[in-house]
Amino acid sequence: MPDRDNVSIAIVGSGGAGALTTGSFILEAACAAGWYGLLTRTVGPQIRGGEAAALVRLASHPIECMPDRYDLLIGIDWLNANRFGAEIEVGPDSLVISDPRGGELPAIVTRAGARIVEVPIKEMAKTIPGGRPNMIALGMAAALLGLGEETLSALLAKRLADKGQTAIDASCAGVNAGLAAAAAREFGKPLSPPKTRAAKRWLVSGNEATGLGALRGGIRFAAAYPITPASEILEWLAPSFSKVGGVLLQAEDELAAINMIIGASFGGTPSLTATSGPGLSLMIEALGLATAAEIPVVVVDVMRAGPSTGIPTKSEQADLNIAVYGFHGDAPHLVLAPQSVADCLFTTQWAVHLAEALQAPAIVLSDQFIGQTVAAIERPADIAFIGQRTKAAENSGTYKRYAVTGSGISPMAIPGLRGGQYTADGLTHNERGTPTSNEDDHRVQLDKRCAKLDQFAYGDHWATVEGNGDFAVIAWGSLTGAAREAIARVHDRIGVRLVAPRLLLPIQPERFAAALEGVKHILVVEQSHGAQFHRYLRAHYDMAGDVRVLNRPGPLPIRPSEIEQAIMEWRS
Amino acid sequence: MATIETPLAYKPADYKSDINAIWCPGCGDYHVLMSFTRAFAELGLAPEQIVVVSGIGCSSRIPAYTNCYGFHGVHGRSLALAAGLKVTRPELTVVVASGDGDGYSIGGNHFLHACRRNIDMTYVVMDNRVYGMTKGQPSPTTEPDFDTALSPGGTGLSPFHPLVIALASGANFVARAFSGAPNETASILVEAMRHPGFSFVEILSPCVTFRPDEREWKSLVHPAPVAATGDPAKAARRIMTDDGFNIGILYRGERRPYQPRMEDRNSDLAELEKDFEL
Amino acid sequence: MSKTPSERPIASITDLLALAHQIEADAVQRYIELADQMETHNNRELVDVFRDLARAEGIHAKEIRKMAGDVDLPALAQRLGRWKKGDSPEQADLSAAHYLMTPWHALQLALTGEQQALAFFTSILDTTKDAKIKEMAAEFVEEEAEHVNLVHRLLRKYPKPPDSWSDDDDAPTPQG
Repeated sequence: MPDRDNVSIAIVGSGGAGALTTGSFILEAACAAGWYGLLTRTVGPQIRGGEAAALVRLASHPIECMPDRYDLLIGIDWLNANRFGAEIEVGPDSLVISDPRGGELPAIVTRAGARIVEVPIKEMAKTIPGGRPNMIALGMAAALLGLGEETLSALLAKRLADKGQTAIDASCAGVNAGLAAAAAREFGKPLSPPKTRAAKRWLVSGNEATGLGALRGGIRFAAAYPITPASEILEWLAPSFSKVGGVLLQAEDELAAINMIIGASFGGTPSLTATSGPGLSLMIEALGLATAAEIPVVVVDVMRAGPSTGIPTKSEQADLNIAVYGFHGDAPHLVLAPQSVADCLFTTQWAVHLAEALQAPAIVLSDQFIGQTVAAIERPADIAFIGQRTKAAENSGTYKRYAVTGSGISPMAIPGLRGGQYTADGLTHNERGTPTSNEDDHRVQLDKRCAKLDQFAYGDHWATVEGNGDFAVIAWGSLTGAAREAIARVHDRIGVRLVAPRLLLPIQPERFAAALEGVKHILVVEQSHGAQFHRYLRAHYDMAGDVRVLNRPGPLPIRPSEIEQAIMEWRS
Repeated sequence: MATIETPLAYKPADYKSDINAIWCPGCGDYHVLMSFTRAFAELGLAPEQIVVVSGIGCSSRIPAYTNCYGFHGVHGRSLALAAGLKVTRPELTVVVASGDGDGYSIGGNHFLHACRRNIDMTYVVMDNRVYGMTKGQPSPTTEPDFDTALSPGGTGLSPFHPLVIALASGANFVARAFSGAPNETASILVEAMRHPGFSFVEILSPCVTFRPDEREWKSLVHPAPVAATGDPAKAARRIMTDDGFNIGILYRGERRPYQPRMEDRNSDLAELEKDFEL
Repeated sequence: MSKTPSERPIASITDLLALAHQIEADAVQRYIELADQMETHNNRELVDVFRDLARAEGIHAKEIRKMAGDVDLPALAQRLGRWKKGDSPEQADLSAAHYLMTPWHALQLALTGEQQALAFFTSILDTTKDAKIKEMAAEFVEEEAEHVNLVHRLLRKYPKPPDSWSDDDDAPTPQG
């Protein structure tokens, strides 16, 4: 049964029904009223008119993953809804609102045994001048949440301001019709919103949070080649730069984008680009150049299901291999992974800070789920991680760009500095930067680039480590939230530790060993057909005791109930 | 700028580094390096204000032989490196050096878009009609009947028309030069560097090792019969009907260079963050 | 390429000295450049030949500077303008270099340089109306003629190499 601590709603429709807008409005109204929540969506491949489902989950505390089941499923129509498969699960306690003229009920509904209530949504909309079915759906969802007319009309007035008063009035009328329909059909006792304590809360998507984290870290140049599901990062940055200073350049392809940011960074400006798997593949050569020439850049990879073009609109965790191992030669670099929508801000900002400090490229492995999910979060604290490069000062001696130092970090001359002239090079070079094939020079520079990363003090941010017990779940990225929720569900029966690395490269053997001290059973959870994360852990870390792997490719996210089940099955 | 009365602030030698080139003696690129240093001296630019950006190939080795800042990047991407650098550091002088392989083959796409973008920089391609560094394969400007190991009997393919492509893509200044006339090349480079927007100079630069036949170029080159035009279509027609050895400035355009504003507006993120507030 | 004198006409002795000095100084630079190329490409014999030529030209340059006294000849040469088309007369043509070149080849380069310098000063001698300039030009003509003869004598020591002079059993090494 839904309660204010956990209620979820799915809106399904196609052909311009506006289901996604409904979901967005539900989230915004509910969160303004006091809920925390998440909104994701699942769509067909069409650019317009395709089948779409908005998925909203609300709770009285911040949440980071979608539910096992939806309490309320509203079908404006069911055309092609079978495509959604098991992503929208309903159960015997769920309520399904169905337009009788909306097509055949999909299998997910018919096999669930849920209560089905027919409401002629499209017909009702026709009776209202300018009426739209998705506003009726909004009204019905609002009824369940106990959101009143006032809250909703305020929202509609704001969101539809540019469509004019007539549109606002028509939408309000639609919402009221939905509220009335819900009351008439006894949907169940309406909930009431929780009282939130946090003073400032945000509604933000992971991609937007990534952009903001970049700016907070000091990024002032971005090169952009559009790709799903990363384009929103760049589209958010473009107007933002004009407000805070900085430039975004649209590139002709990803090969240009990565080289543009390397060129800008060489000139002294912290720089970033965002892409998905196929784009990252194109950028790999130049990332090797950035490594060899010791030039900081940040590349955000919002992972989609792969391989190759894969499923652009769906999430997976299978770019780990290319991010960690993809460079030719021995090329130590940084790989980080945010763990939630809110964490996109911190992790991206931290990535900028690290890249600049270490004069190395950083890959940030976000994913479609985190990137395109909108979440209500507490306003992220201001953290003083700003990119700070060690720069060379004017001097009269022969400048050595790649001089060996204790930390491995050598001061970087920025063009314009007199006496600092050097040629950055992908060719193996000596301390001065002159190309060489000498074995000592080569080793010295390989050692330098390795040592500078290994010796750096990363602090506790390297991973999330929570809980106690001899049982541990190791997860990363967007599955951190699902793992955490599963662990919370079983805490009365078994103590489980959660270890979720945020810094995937360079590896942290000592810290990892400390995190797993006393653990005898390890469950690795990941969204990868080839269990890339498990193999990565095996390659780099000692994992004492028994290890099991719960892995699956996309497109369906791994749910808390699956992890819970895996833990309990193992325990018994 | 230097005038008759004021001496130049720097001599050409001030722009040369102490690193000896790996180019084969007899290579046209030695003269090109000379032209670079003469042009820089003529313009009176401080060496630390110039960045020479290159890709991969014999011509692309040039940055380290200058005393300026340099970037020897990966194959074909020098124009992208330069674009990122120049829009964020507009006060620097950016010269991009490439060859016919690096610039017209793998770099072809970036060439089109660099001309289109018209960012203020000078693009110098040392065309020797062969892939020198990898041992003599045909390049996009190689004659169709030139026999090589990779294409016995010749490729049979039409060579590229880089100057025409530059015009069609929006380059703001187009010139052809010959390495064997270093002073004249230097003058052309000075004009190119002074001209706002994307300036493209193709320098015919013989490869002594893989194209000894190119020795005859010095008797084939001749000054272009007419002065540069401001009409790209006219310039294109002239180039498509010339013998490939017209030397001089062939086109001067009036397009405004692309230079977005980079100033730091106080970096206050609070206004952006307000958009997220519930 | 034709070797034409600078655009601004020679108005004084110091102008002439400036140009003459520039010719020598440029030649020194060119020979040093060639010596460096020969060093990088392991042609030991030619390193010495070119350094000797650079030294010889350096002496000529020094002598001319002495004649000019306090005048800053390089600055004056800059103001007079550069050789717009082609090259400074005595500069060796870098495109004639070869990693297996022999002293005979180097001397051919030097000979061409000296002959062009001779032609340059001869043309000034023939065209100038100023008596003093004419006198100095005549001196330079004599000087250059001597250099030409010197190179010819040196060439007697080095026979023209056979056609196989540039044969290399090893194929070129791909580097990129």
